[in-house]
Amino acid sequence: MVLSLDEAVRTLVHDGDTVALEGFTHLIPVAAGHEIIRQGLRDLTLVRMTPDIVYDQLIGAGCARKLVFSWGGNPGVGSLHRFRDAVVHGWPAPLEIEEHSHAGMTNRYVAGASGLPFAILRGYSGTDLVGNNPNISTVTCPFSGQEVAAVPAVNPDVTVIHAQRADPSGNVQLWGITGIQKEAALAAGRVLVTVEEVAETLEPVPGQVLLPGRIVDAVSVVPGGAAPSYAHGYYERDNSAYQAWDGISRDREAFNTWLEEQIGVPAAGGT
Amino acid sequence: MTTVTWTSDEIMTVTAARALEDEMSCFVGIGLPSTAANVARRTHAPGLWMVYESGTLGTVPDHLPLSIGDGVLADTADTVVPVPEVFNYWLQAGRIDVGFLGAAQIDRYANINTTVIGDYSSPAIRLPGAGGAPEIAASCGEAIVIMRHSRRAFVDQVDFVTSVGHGRGKGDRERLGLRGAGPTRVITDLGVLEPDPDTGELVLTGLHPGVEVEQVTQATGWGLLVAENVIPTPAPTETELSVVRSLTGNRQP
Repeated sequence: MVLSLDEAVRTLVHDGDTVALEGFTHLIPVAAGHEIIRQGLRDLTLVRMTPDIVYDQLIGAGCARKLVFSWGGNPGVGSLHRFRDAVVHGWPAPLEIEEHSHAGMTNRYVAGASGLPFAILRGYSGTDLVGNNPNISTVTCPFSGQEVAAVPAVNPDVTVIHAQRADPSGNVQLWGITGIQKEAALAAGRVLVTVEEVAETLEPVPGQVLLPGRIVDAVSVVPGGAAPSYAHGYYERDNSAYQAWDGISRDREAFNTWLEEQIGVPAAGGT
Repeated sequence: MTTVTWTSDEIMTVTAARALEDEMSCFVGIGLPSTAANVARRTHAPGLWMVYESGTLGTVPDHLPLSIGDGVLADTADTVVPVPEVFNYWLQAGRIDVGFLGAAQIDRYANINTTVIGDYSSPAIRLPGAGGAPEIAASCGEAIVIMRHSRRAFVDQVDFVTSVGHGRGKGDRERLGLRGAGPTRVITDLGVLEPDPDTGELVLTGLHPGVEVEQVTQATGWGLLVAENVIPTPAPTETELSVVRSLTGNRQP
């Protein structure tokens, strides 16, 4: 149950998998993302509502074949330049994209967690997302005749999240902004959770989400594993790191240097 | 007597803040919308109920967050709900009065693009994408757009409709089943545009101090209609400016 991060990623994440590393600004599993880069995984379909700098890094490192998302930016700073470079120039590899709104992605996870084939919502009507994404359709309510949007469930092969604490049985506790992590975990075939610490007993916290150990495949203890995002009650968001990423990610050479020096892997693409 | 001066971003922020009424519920995006909403709450609208899409409902941050999910938003919220509840129970169910949006491009019917510049399949510039915006523009009681005025941003037709304003004119929102009123005001660093009640086309209805009508029409990429009575924006008060500056630390809002 409790594995090293290296072993957990090796066991649970494979080439070609659909992988969701979720976290809505808070508790982003950054260290696990870096381990995926380090192990050289390829052809991943990356799913996330808000791909931010760790997805920019995975894309720039050549791990991704496809991105399924609803907002791809550096929160509060601007654009993701490795993502941009992959979409506009195919560097270091072409990136297929499937694009939704937050409301659509949210409901795709809810359907996935619920064992349903698709979700309905009021959304997308009149937008150009409709014609550009075959995974956005409509369905007529059999009771009222109203037409509503329909999106397929998303069921990642593996979901990776970061949480504050787990106990030795693998029960996981997270609190603060809990985002979409519960749904992303319940929708997945396999679940890897990195945590700040393992505690003998999990003292209840107001507003907590508790993921029972029976749905968690591996817990890895990675203190600081969400940095430069934050872990409520443990450490703050490092806003300066997000601002600094803008400069690193704009330039292929600076990115490749970052990859070699910070992650310890050779660059995927020449400049 | 001292002369009060302000930047174009400051008058835009103050004008946007004034558009919010006390006790309204407001879906807030990061950047200019967040600054404006926090200015409103510290001046004329102390009961403004701010919602950020990270799930923080009724948050009262003591400083401006950099992201929609900063810890200060959770620490000071009435409650923090999971993301599906924000979009389904609060936004979709019609519980939010006003949505505040920014945009890379807007067109004469206030349709909004935050997705790509150029062709979707081979874009010149890839932007972050939709996020919460399509459903904020669809389901809030009304939407207010805040963006800097330029011909690059105010275009005859957006390259990609990320969020629907007034479609191709009056009646389109009803036909599409969009329940909110859509963009009722576009607030820029030059003035205020509002949709014509009969056609849905944006019309210049307000002008900030020192700005000429011609400046606005020249910064707009279509033949902008001008209302008969263009209302001058009252100058920012010293209180409003000091609140803006205390929040932004004299940075760009």
